[in-house]
Amino acid sequence: MEIQLLGITVLWLFLYGYLIVASIDFGAGFFAYYGKVTKQDHVINKLISRYLSPVWEVTNVFFVFFFVGIVGFFPDTAYYYGTALLIPGSVSLVLLAIRGSFYAFGNYGSRDNGLYLFLYGATGLLIPASLSTALTISEGGFIEKRGDTVVFLAKGLFTNLYSWSVVILAIVSVLFISASFLTYYAARADDHKALEILRRFALFWSPPTILASFLVFVSLRQHNVRHFENIVERYWWMFVLSLLCFLIASVLIWMRKNYGTAFIFVMFQFFFAFFGYGASHLPYILDPYITIYSGYTNETMGITLVIVFILGLLLLIPSLFLLMRLFLFDADYIKGKK
Amino acid sequence: MEFDSVMLSRMLTTLTLAFHIIFATIGVGVPVLISVAEFIGIKKNDPHYILLARRWTRGFTITVAIGVVTGTCIGLQLSLLWPSFMRIAGQAIALPLFMETFAFFFEAIFLGIYLYTWDRFRKPIYHWLLSIPVIMGSSLSAFFITTVNAFMNTPQGFELVDGVIKTVDPIQAMFNPATPTKTFHVLVTAYLASAFVLAMIAAFQMLRSDVTDYTKKALHLTVTSAFLFAILTGIAGDLSAKFLAEYQPEKLAALEWHFETEKGADLILFGTLDEENQEVKYAIHLPKMLSFLAHNDFNAEVTGLNEFPKDETAPLYVHYLFDFKVTFAAFMTLIASLFVVFSRWRKEWVHNKWLLRAIVLCGPLSIISIELGWILAEVGRQPWILRGYMKVSEAATTSSGVGAMLWLFLGLYIMLGVICTVVLRKMFINNPAEAELEYRFKD
Repeated sequence: MEIQLLGITVLWLFLYGYLIVASIDFGAGFFAYYGKVTKQDHVINKLISRYLSPVWEVTNVFFVFFFVGIVGFFPDTAYYYGTALLIPGSVSLVLLAIRGSFYAFGNYGSRDNGLYLFLYGATGLLIPASLSTALTISEGGFIEKRGDTVVFLAKGLFTNLYSWSVVILAIVSVLFISASFLTYYAARADDHKALEILRRFALFWSPPTILASFLVFVSLRQHNVRHFENIVERYWWMFVLSLLCFLIASVLIWMRKNYGTAFIFVMFQFFFAFFGYGASHLPYILDPYITIYSGYTNETMGITLVIVFILGLLLLIPSLFLLMRLFLFDADYIKGKK
Repeated sequence: MEFDSVMLSRMLTTLTLAFHIIFATIGVGVPVLISVAEFIGIKKNDPHYILLARRWTRGFTITVAIGVVTGTCIGLQLSLLWPSFMRIAGQAIALPLFMETFAFFFEAIFLGIYLYTWDRFRKPIYHWLLSIPVIMGSSLSAFFITTVNAFMNTPQGFELVDGVIKTVDPIQAMFNPATPTKTFHVLVTAYLASAFVLAMIAAFQMLRSDVTDYTKKALHLTVTSAFLFAILTGIAGDLSAKFLAEYQPEKLAALEWHFETEKGADLILFGTLDEENQEVKYAIHLPKMLSFLAHNDFNAEVTGLNEFPKDETAPLYVHYLFDFKVTFAAFMTLIASLFVVFSRWRKEWVHNKWLLRAIVLCGPLSIISIELGWILAEVGRQPWILRGYMKVSEAATTSSGVGAMLWLFLGLYIMLGVICTVVLRKMFINNPAEAELEYRFKD
């Protein structure tokens, strides 16, 4: 594999990782707040915080990892996206900052503070919406190079059907991924009351997820024909697989069977969709200004980064495994006995 | 007053970094002290020390959270505010940036485990072992990120032709001349500041008449550690001065208001400056000390400011910051030394009210010194962002809207700072140590 392709694949993998763990986190915040408002918090909130407390910081690192990695491998992205995204990027940062710190304030500091929980829950839905704008911009049409400066066409973004369909997809996917994971977690904890509520959430958000995906397809056709045709001609099978995984997952949850397997299929559903989207987007990182070849860092740095990356993984994978064994697969911990 | 986007970008970066380093410093130093306390507690089988570690850890989670989110802010702001710089940096120093996130990842994983496994292991020492990767992660990430800053001061390991990097040696760029002194200085001062912040808490409680075995042990552990780190800080400061003399003489000269190149140069403490006539008034002159500080030789030649083009030297107010920083450091060293001397030879003076008050004062002073040190390190290399290669004005974003973002982040940091203080206070006031000792270790 070419090193450029390897680089972007690695980064994409990390973004996928972020998509999954952050969705669980973002959705959980929303459900926790919703639970509080509908007076079901005593049932589900303990469960949610038992999962989130040890892992929320790790979730954040996935994100940092992605943006440091992309600037390292493709420094031109810093120039274009950096200039264009000053305002939307800053807003995302403020939301992330509020969310992360208020999680800590609420969980380690003053428990049951309604305001903290509200901020934590509300930002959980705003962050995916604001972060998804970066993906929308990558399709082109929202950034223009005029002479030496890069101009961001914010108004175009706000009035565009494609950009809104991505936002909708981001939000409903977050809720669907999160609910299906928490359903599984509740089942592991033998917490039937929580399981019922969370299963309802998962089923509720399942049809909108697929509707939103279709909406994205339709609007992408209008917005970027090249990308759309690339999907239809070369990568259609990945989206078919994604749909199939979605159906299996939803049926399993509906039949109250194998919630763990169901969640794995949800992960596969998003894996295929995300990688199908990514692969068909190539070679562009920012259509039409940056491709993975034009924006690539120099050879030496690229190779060094790949080496460090592999060494880093050797350290990370066992540590992540330990973390999961202690908090995700330890039945006693999940049940609250430890 | 109207500011252009260069000035606004500088202000926003300053704001974020100034806020972040408070929490970053605590994030690097406090785990070390937590680990030491837990280790002593396990070895001596003393619940006081274990409780100390536990309570520090609990407060630490709040500060870590703010450290993480503000760190994320500065990480992205680098690209948002300095896109042209990051284009170069991405090619030359992506390596340490990348490694920093690995270290951060490592720390995040083990901190999560450490926090939630206090009673999960049969042998307490297993839990203590988890603090080692936390310390490694936090100190290594400080190390890596400081090498990036060191690179900006003494860039090397690449060739820049017409704004495009031709060849690059990532290892050489990372281990540039500024790396050893900078990283050493950053690490030991973070340990020192954290020790004093924790000492301040213990001393404050004792002044409020909570002189218990618990607070006595807390005070002893923290101030003794501070003493050791203060000695290391002194060494680091000396090495830094010698580094500056060799590689960034214009920075040292600005810090010391040293205009004419001369042999046997005086060290100037305090004073005021008449910039027109380059005349220093009301200052204390230490004869030949600057030569000694710079080159270990009382008669060595020290390069003066006038050797450099006017538009390539830093603003001269850095001298005042330098004076304050050094004075504070000296004061903290004195207090820590007194404490150590008393606790060995004059036990009855250890808990003297005035000494305790001074220790309380050292808490904020240590954080202020960190801030001052960073400001003078950064302002001291003005006007360069990459010394000798790229000026700050060429690196800033061209987009409008930086001003609005400055207000947005200012609001965010004020809110975080206030709520952090409120939450931390509540956490500990509602749950005093004696009560916790009672219910946790009653059998």
